[in-house]
Amino acid sequence: MIEQNLLLILVGLPFAAALAATTVRAKAHGAAAWVSGLLLAIGLGLLALLYAPVSEGQVVRGRLEWVPSLGLDLAFRMDGFVWLFVTLVFAIAILVLVYARYYLSPSDPVPRFYAFLMAFTGAMVGMLMSGNILMLVVFWELTSILSFLLVGYWHQGQAARDGARMALIVTGAGGLCLLLSMVILGQIVGSYDLDRVLAAGDLVRADPLYPLVLALFLLGCFTKSAQMPFHFWLPGAMAAPTPVSAFLHSATMVKAGVFLLVRFSPVLGQTDLWFYAVTGTGMVTLVLASIIALFRHDLKGLLAYSTISHLGLITALAGIGSNGAILAAIFHIVNHAVFKASLFMAAGIIDHETGTRDMRRLSGLMRYMPMTGALAIIASAAMAGVPLLNGFISKEMFFAEAADWHNGTWLDNSLPWLATIAGIFAVAYSLRFIATVFFGPEPVDLPKTPHEPPSLMRRPVELLVLVCLIVGILPGLTLGPTLNLAAQSVMGGDLPYKDIAVWHGFNLPLVMSLVALAAGALLYLALGQKIALQPQLRLIILLTIAAGLATLWGSLRQAPSPLATDLNPAFALMWAVGGVCAVGAAWMAKYHRFAAVVLLGGAGVVTCLTFAWLSAPDLAVTQLLVEIVTTVLLLLGLRWLPKRREEIAEDKLLPARIRRARDFVIAVVAGSGLAGMAYVMMTWPLIPNVGNWFLRNAYGEGGGTNVVNVILVDFRAFDTFGEITVLAIVGITVYALLRRFRPAPESIMLDEDQAGLEERTLADALLVPSVIMRWMFPVMLVLAAYLFLRGHDLPGGGFAAGVTVSVAILLQYLAHDVRWVEARLTVLPIRWMGIGLLIAGATGVGAFLFGYPFLTMHARYVDIPLIGEVPAATALIFDAGVFSLVVGATVLMLIAIAHQSLRTTRMRERDSGDPTEKEAA
Amino acid sequence: MEMVLSAAIGVLGASGIWLLLRPRTFQVIVGLCLLSYAVNLFIFSMGRLTLGAPPIMPKGGFVDPTAYADPLPQALVLTAIVISFATTALFLVVMIASRGLTGTDHVDGQEREP
Repeated sequence: MIEQNLLLILVGLPFAAALAATTVRAKAHGAAAWVSGLLLAIGLGLLALLYAPVSEGQVVRGRLEWVPSLGLDLAFRMDGFVWLFVTLVFAIAILVLVYARYYLSPSDPVPRFYAFLMAFTGAMVGMLMSGNILMLVVFWELTSILSFLLVGYWHQGQAARDGARMALIVTGAGGLCLLLSMVILGQIVGSYDLDRVLAAGDLVRADPLYPLVLALFLLGCFTKSAQMPFHFWLPGAMAAPTPVSAFLHSATMVKAGVFLLVRFSPVLGQTDLWFYAVTGTGMVTLVLASIIALFRHDLKGLLAYSTISHLGLITALAGIGSNGAILAAIFHIVNHAVFKASLFMAAGIIDHETGTRDMRRLSGLMRYMPMTGALAIIASAAMAGVPLLNGFISKEMFFAEAADWHNGTWLDNSLPWLATIAGIFAVAYSLRFIATVFFGPEPVDLPKTPHEPPSLMRRPVELLVLVCLIVGILPGLTLGPTLNLAAQSVMGGDLPYKDIAVWHGFNLPLVMSLVALAAGALLYLALGQKIALQPQLRLIILLTIAAGLATLWGSLRQAPSPLATDLNPAFALMWAVGGVCAVGAAWMAKYHRFAAVVLLGGAGVVTCLTFAWLSAPDLAVTQLLVEIVTTVLLLLGLRWLPKRREEIAEDKLLPARIRRARDFVIAVVAGSGLAGMAYVMMTWPLIPNVGNWFLRNAYGEGGGTNVVNVILVDFRAFDTFGEITVLAIVGITVYALLRRFRPAPESIMLDEDQAGLEERTLADALLVPSVIMRWMFPVMLVLAAYLFLRGHDLPGGGFAAGVTVSVAILLQYLAHDVRWVEARLTVLPIRWMGIGLLIAGATGVGAFLFGYPFLTMHARYVDIPLIGEVPAATALIFDAGVFSLVVGATVLMLIAIAHQSLRTTRMRERDSGDPTEKEAA
Repeated sequence: MEMVLSAAIGVLGASGIWLLLRPRTFQVIVGLCLLSYAVNLFIFSMGRLTLGAPPIMPKGGFVDPTAYADPLPQALVLTAIVISFATTALFLVVMIASRGLTGTDHVDGQEREP
């Protein structure tokens, strides 16, 4: 009986601390920390009392009636697993309180911080101890809301507000999914009592709604535990004060998701669906996040991705779901909380004492803060999985589970490889964390002169690192019994006692660990080298040549009776010019960029004529239009490159000559190989192929006579759909890259050639052409419409029409200055792109309505007055989507680049400080 | 014709590859354009050379596939033209942005150390 009340007091304590914290004065850091800390310490005492019944395998329950008519009680329960987790939360909460006491600046408001932190602790403990699954979701959402408030504690900063909102939206939406799944689960089982749900695994798995319950449940867990693709909120939440990151975003709240995964694995697990979804997601997250972590520059960003990766590891273990895996998962929850909390605290100390968290600025801090450095090194080693530290043992258990045979599926077989790869990256990012921050040259130009923090601020880190060491050296004596108890309470039944030891003999997991350590160190060293682009490209080209030679050597032979089309001298002459243009462009590209662009255009035009000559009118039209746009783009880009009028002196030296000669040989070999291969292929008679099918069925099945267009918008419309998506992505990327573009200072200066032109405006210089270009605009729109409508039957189509429209708009930019055009012509490229993609997609989905697969087209002709018979296939609607998207993407790129000149004008004006111009802007 | 076209592909390809190995971003971008011409022509020529017979069908009736140019390589090349335009545009912007950030037009973002 007394234990029941102990449970209720335990849940109430943090909330009491929260209330107490609200009553202290705004500056009373010490008082708030002391009151909260003492109440939590009482909680630890209560937990010690509760250990006795729990260790006997008993489930301690406490209940308060809340809404009896709905069957909603405040029911709490505690078994071995919950006991371990709650103890972890209380212990780390106390350490975080001590740390926060010194971390927060005296001007930060005290009551708000401590009250939120304690209320969060209460919500977390309530979630862990809930005996009713609906109440569990209530506490779960409470943690999301308090996380929002804590992340946004420094609400003056934009990053903190954005991060808090993002965290709330993602985890809150996940919580709603979890609520749905719990309601359905309760309906299936017939009770919302956790014990009854946990015992009803077979019933739940046999239910037809099981896949739905599982999907919703996993959405809840994955969002909370930042599993890919829902991981992005966690790095954003790093705008929180560091004590919050250490507590919520490494040790406790993000563990709520994996807690539920482990807790519910006996109910929802043990199926193929569970294994693929949970282990698959976990492994993807584990590997990808560890790779991303290696390339973060922000200390907390690196730790955030490392946390995501470790959560992936625990998720993968919960997905495997064997007895050993569950034990390892619980063990890793504890270990990760200990070493990651200490690392976050160390990162906070570094930030606090140096004023920056950017690893590119930090360096050589070992000289200034040797104690903190030593602690961080040990904790990172635990994160990397170095032997004799706690991280090593649970990672070893994970490796053992990964290498074990479970069900022989491809995912199961790939586990050891993926685990080792993630291990390699974990070692590399841990090394990077230590090596860049604490070693290397003296730091320059730090905002503050670094020194050791107040010793009490370091005390929590010291304690946590001590735990890493003790658990790492004596795992069986320290955590062994509790862990077995926890696993037992999750899995039920009689589990054999698993002895957790440091040394298991020279086995496969140990080999995987050693490989990870060695390869991780090598990877870090390799990344330290500056890798130039040219040798990489050269290697790629040489490998391509080698691959070509290896496969074709001896097997490439001339056809017995080679095809030969009669040579037209004009064709040869045309290519003589084309070849000269190509070589000329290569020759001129360094010092005479403008000439190179013109020559490149020449080669392009000859290519285009070749398409026209050899029965490919569609290609000719497209190539011509693309050629125009590319040339204009290149010309727009030329303006931003450095002037190169005199030769670079080094170019005449011997090494440069040798480099050029070597590349010349490579180019000639590759070119002749290409020519030889092309010639042999071209002269072999054509083997009947799928092209014949397209020719025969284009009109009958696709309703168009232009086979190339029918292939693009009907037979292979899905490929085109992918292609325009790529175009849209490129357009948006260009826009994003140029939005924050800062030109080089010398590009802003007016050229001496242009300086005299300032007085004579552009309109005078180009008066006649600009009038013509303005009048051409409607003409070109008509041309575009013509190309578009005839596309299904004759050369043309959505793509050609789209590029034509963008050329029409481009001409206006050429004829007038940017401001003139932007004042008159409002194109919203992003909308064009979005609408285009939607139209194309909707056409595809529309086929579903008629019971056909995605992107099935229907074809007919309609008679439009004055215009005549027009092909009106649904493919035309799809083509309209292509058209709209191409207009959007092309115009977006051109405008984005053309608009830069306006920005430099503005910058120039700002520099010269002309008041009239400022008013105009 | 075959001889001329394959020589042309070789020259375009060789010029493109030579430029790809150069140190300046603008050289690389021109090289990529030339290489894409070469590759597009190469793919196109896999349908063999056909004179005066574009793949535009009569409306209905029997179709003799051997009388027309192969439409498949043409469809592939049309896609390739679009994608190479997209990559050129992207690369151009990366070139401009990198020049603004690093102050040099070297492909590595810094001049070669002597």
